[in-house]
Amino acid sequence: MFAIETEGLSKNFAIGFWRPRPYRALDSLTLAVEQGETFGFLGPNGAGKTTTLKLLMQLIYPTSGRAEILGKPIGDVGVKRRIGYLPESPYFYDYLTAEELLGYFASLFGYDAVDRRRRVSTLLDEVGIGAERRLPLRKFSKGMLQRVGIAQAVLNDPEVVFLDEPMSGLDPLGRRDVRNLILRLRDRGCTVFFSSHVLADAEALCSRVAILVQGKLVAMGGMSEIHAFHVRGWDLVVGGLSPEVLLKHTGRIRKSARVAPNQYALELPQDPTPDILLRDLMAEGAYLISLNPMRETLEDYFVAQVQKQQSR
Amino acid sequence: MSAIRHIAVHVFRESVRDKVLYNLVLFALMLMGVSYLLAQLSAGQEIKIIKDLGLAAMSLFGLFIAVFIGIGLVSKEVERRSIYALLAKPIRRQELVIGKYAGLVLTLLVNISVMTVAYYAVLGVMAWVNGSWFKPHWEAPALDPALLKAIAMIGLQLMIVTAVALLFSTFSSPMLAAALTIGLYIVGHFNADLKNFETVVDSRPVVYLARAMYYVLPNLAPFDIKAQIVHGIHVPAGLLLLNTAYAFVYIAALLAAASLIFTRRDFK
Repeated sequence: MFAIETEGLSKNFAIGFWRPRPYRALDSLTLAVEQGETFGFLGPNGAGKTTTLKLLMQLIYPTSGRAEILGKPIGDVGVKRRIGYLPESPYFYDYLTAEELLGYFASLFGYDAVDRRRRVSTLLDEVGIGAERRLPLRKFSKGMLQRVGIAQAVLNDPEVVFLDEPMSGLDPLGRRDVRNLILRLRDRGCTVFFSSHVLADAEALCSRVAILVQGKLVAMGGMSEIHAFHVRGWDLVVGGLSPEVLLKHTGRIRKSARVAPNQYALELPQDPTPDILLRDLMAEGAYLISLNPMRETLEDYFVAQVQKQQSR
Repeated sequence: MSAIRHIAVHVFRESVRDKVLYNLVLFALMLMGVSYLLAQLSAGQEIKIIKDLGLAAMSLFGLFIAVFIGIGLVSKEVERRSIYALLAKPIRRQELVIGKYAGLVLTLLVNISVMTVAYYAVLGVMAWVNGSWFKPHWEAPALDPALLKAIAMIGLQLMIVTAVALLFSTFSSPMLAAALTIGLYIVGHFNADLKNFETVVDSRPVVYLARAMYYVLPNLAPFDIKAQIVHGIHVPAGLLLLNTAYAFVYIAALLAAASLIFTRRDFK
């Protein structure tokens, strides 16, 4: 049994008032997510990521196709007990405090008062909401609301959690916290399905990703399996390198730039073993500052795919 | 059932924290105060004027609560997108509709109760000032228990209006929903005229259309027993029972329609 399975899932929206015409927001999405997987759902803005998540949460109904979560049709109340959902840029009730909001949602899961209090308190600690938990939510910043949103998504110890742009609106510290939370969920065996347009998030967390462009699935697999993300070179920064030594190795270097006296940023070609050149340089007095793989960015990939789609 | 209860309690909490609600109660109480001042200018009729104005104020401010909070119940959730996280919880959409309705009815009942206590208190004070609970030229005693019948009918009428507001709020904007609800409230008081349209118009299709509208639109006029009660005229129990049965059947139909629309709706 898959955690999430869709088959030919499509959604049309009507555009225009007098003579509405259909706009295809999602086109025949077929995918399967294994239980325990952390699955990244990537794509530029307007690609259909949020539409897919809304379809899976049955906030909107599909034009065609079907979807199942944990082997049951979407919308099944029994399944809703076993899943969590963070909407994009979540917004809650102004007049409730974070504690009250989570207490209200916990009551809908059927937790008793003692269990509710314990869960709410633990979760708010976990997402870093301190004394502010007793303030009305209208006084919360976007980042704090995002943290509350994440807390309500995992309130019921879900087996599958859907996160729509979970890093959105968070500062670097918040992003790190969310990353750690997703890793903890993964370690607990929870299936995490999250949408993002930031490749780095997917790289750090996902076992597999799917890429959506203009409502169509254009790639799916492990990060390393997707050709677009293969390493196409290396970015090497070394110190203690004399111009004479650099000249000796020019044939093995694609580009070089001096960033400080005897310090160079070198662009190496696609080579599975950049360490050989590094070892040779170090033998001649150079020392390593940094070595990073150069990949096509997700943005580059999106642009190329959009251009491909438009040219059809 | 449990989900409906939790949603209803949540709506009640939302309404109680909404400052508009306090203002409305305050205004109702202020109006009763004004009725007391007016009564000073009308020798011998003060109790009757207070009874009239008090019931009218309850009706009017109850209507404001029912319409302005009723239309926001669903549309605000959709507009502010708080509905996304809520509908992902283990609840059915129809439970949300019924829970929201139950919460607002609870709010209304609490408000009417507060207003009733204040109303009887004003009447009690007036009777005490007059030095008598009943005078021969009064048509009914100052603290007439029959006033509760009129208040109960106001309550039922407002429950229908709330269900109408909720129905409109499931598919239209708050402004349109408010206009439609108030329009239907006004039409509901003249609904009986539609039944006898043949006395005014000759065209058969128009008469049939009017007859159909009579059955579809709410018939609120029979709930208005304020004048009879204030004048001490007996209101038969049969009418009260019939009104109650009509209100519950009509509310059930409205909630079924609201649930049906809400269940099929896309939240883009």
